[in-house]
Amino acid sequence: MKIDNEVILNIAELAQLEVKDEMISQYADKMTAMLNLIEEMQSVNTDNIEPVSNPLDAVQTMREDKVTEKDLRDEYQAIAPEVDSGLYLVPRVVE
Amino acid sequence: MTDWHSKTIKEMSIDLAKGEYSSEELTRHFLKRIEQHEPNLNSFISTFPEQAISLAQQSDEKRREGNSEPLLGIPIAHKDIFCTKGQRTTAGSNMLDNFISPYDATVVENLKTAGTINMGKANMDEFAMGSSNEHSAYGNTRNPWDLARVPGGSSGGSAAAVAAGLCAAATGTDTGGSIRQPAAFCGVTGLKPTYGRISRYGIIAFASSLDQAGPITRTAEDAAIMLEAMAGYDPKDSTSINQPVPSYSAKINDSIEGLKVGICKEYFTDGLDRNIEAAIQDAVKELEKLGAEISEVSLPNTKHAVPAYYVIAPAECSANLSRYDGVRFGHRCEDPADISDLIKRSRSEGFGEEVKSRIMVGTFALSAGYYDAYYRKAQQIRRLIKNDFLDAFKEVDLILGPTTPSPAFKIGEKSNDPVSMYLEDIYTISVNLAGLPAISLPAGMAQGLPVGMQLIGSHHSEAQLLNAAHQFQQQTDWHLKSPGLANAGTTEGKPL
Repeated sequence: MKIDNEVILNIAELAQLEVKDEMISQYADKMTAMLNLIEEMQSVNTDNIEPVSNPLDAVQTMREDKVTEKDLRDEYQAIAPEVDSGLYLVPRVVE
Repeated sequence: MTDWHSKTIKEMSIDLAKGEYSSEELTRHFLKRIEQHEPNLNSFISTFPEQAISLAQQSDEKRREGNSEPLLGIPIAHKDIFCTKGQRTTAGSNMLDNFISPYDATVVENLKTAGTINMGKANMDEFAMGSSNEHSAYGNTRNPWDLARVPGGSSGGSAAAVAAGLCAAATGTDTGGSIRQPAAFCGVTGLKPTYGRISRYGIIAFASSLDQAGPITRTAEDAAIMLEAMAGYDPKDSTSINQPVPSYSAKINDSIEGLKVGICKEYFTDGLDRNIEAAIQDAVKELEKLGAEISEVSLPNTKHAVPAYYVIAPAECSANLSRYDGVRFGHRCEDPADISDLIKRSRSEGFGEEVKSRIMVGTFALSAGYYDAYYRKAQQIRRLIKNDFLDAFKEVDLILGPTTPSPAFKIGEKSNDPVSMYLEDIYTISVNLAGLPAISLPAGMAQGLPVGMQLIGSHHSEAQLLNAAHQFQQQTDWHLKSPGLANAGTTEGKPL
């Protein structure tokens, strides 16, 4: 499968990454090489094979629905780029 | 100059108990070695000399009070992917250059409780994506056996630091071989436990269904001691195994007479370096002398492991790394025009090229219209690979093969060819896909570089793996070999 520039720009948008114009074709080449590697999978017959999502086929354990952690907001916000009165600040979203 | 740095944890622990030296003296010795060899190796991203000495003094005090835990006062390093409270935790990325962790990973907490001294945070490929340490934002680590070569990756800093005698042991993580491959390249012992045996809480996530932490040590016996402290059920990790941790050291001296070892025929193909093949054949003979019964096994889907992995790992990485948005922690770009600019530019500036490529591949594999053809298909192949192992373990106890197809390659040799770098992981990746435990042990030399032998066990068989590995190390001396280390500014090896 050949990845073209349009696909790259679409994926970059989905991945929230900026791809500079001069880098688009480099990404396209790299991704084409990776997809060629991956493409080999299509030769394998996987009819009626159950996919594995947990290697031990374990089920997700649920904890009891009660508060166990203490409030660490101040510690977590101490490392944030910009906070005010307990809120994370970002550029204005709604005019 | 003493040779304390070439001792095992087991030996250090005995010496400390006898009062041959104190933990403070031992820690100062390692700090001196770090100072001496780090300019060449670059195996650490951060070191904490003052804190290490203070912790060592506290552990000496505890020993005087009668504490004799096997890891009390032992200096170790943590891969910089483990969150350590109040310390910078970068995952080898500019994205987290300013990240001071507000909490400890469960592994870090467990090893602290066991009495270890944290000397520093080991260098690694960015977000654990790489097999050479060339993808670190903090410069690549060099292989102590040959400074022109890579130490492997992604736990390359951990393996290089242990091999060079800069710490007694180090933690690592292994998503597709990231403990075992650098252990092989640096001539040390590296164990990847069963998926879920060690809590992932506080380990910066790469691919959550594959990631597993483990120890990098000089010997299998030391790996057993480390694993006992690291492993255990953790309610903070919903995939952690809720089973008691056995005493891995207790059965380590048992005979392996009658142990059934399968040689995987698919691992001995054209791509395998001839010297490595010869070293592994010799290792098999040593196991036979110990009474192991050798037979051939087949894992027919081995060749599909790399393609399946390079869908599953990037897909999970693209989801895990979506949390880096420049809002709550990590890198934020200057003067964002709007929220979209903030997120896109922070991510694009913070992530390195390899990480961005993998996010792109993962995003593509999960995008509308491609999910079934890629992600679901890869997970189905994962089932076939797992079934191969389950079938093989009906016949044998352990599976044996090389850890890597070739010894440590030169820095820059594979930089422009990511696919050939990915193929380096051919023998290690299927183990992660199946969630199995495996250990890499020094088993010979090829072109003056260490060769790693991999032993793979069935789920939860760490005790048996460590027993076989320890018995092999009682019979051979490959694990006792140390690299010649060059002086700053040269690449010429000098004996330690």
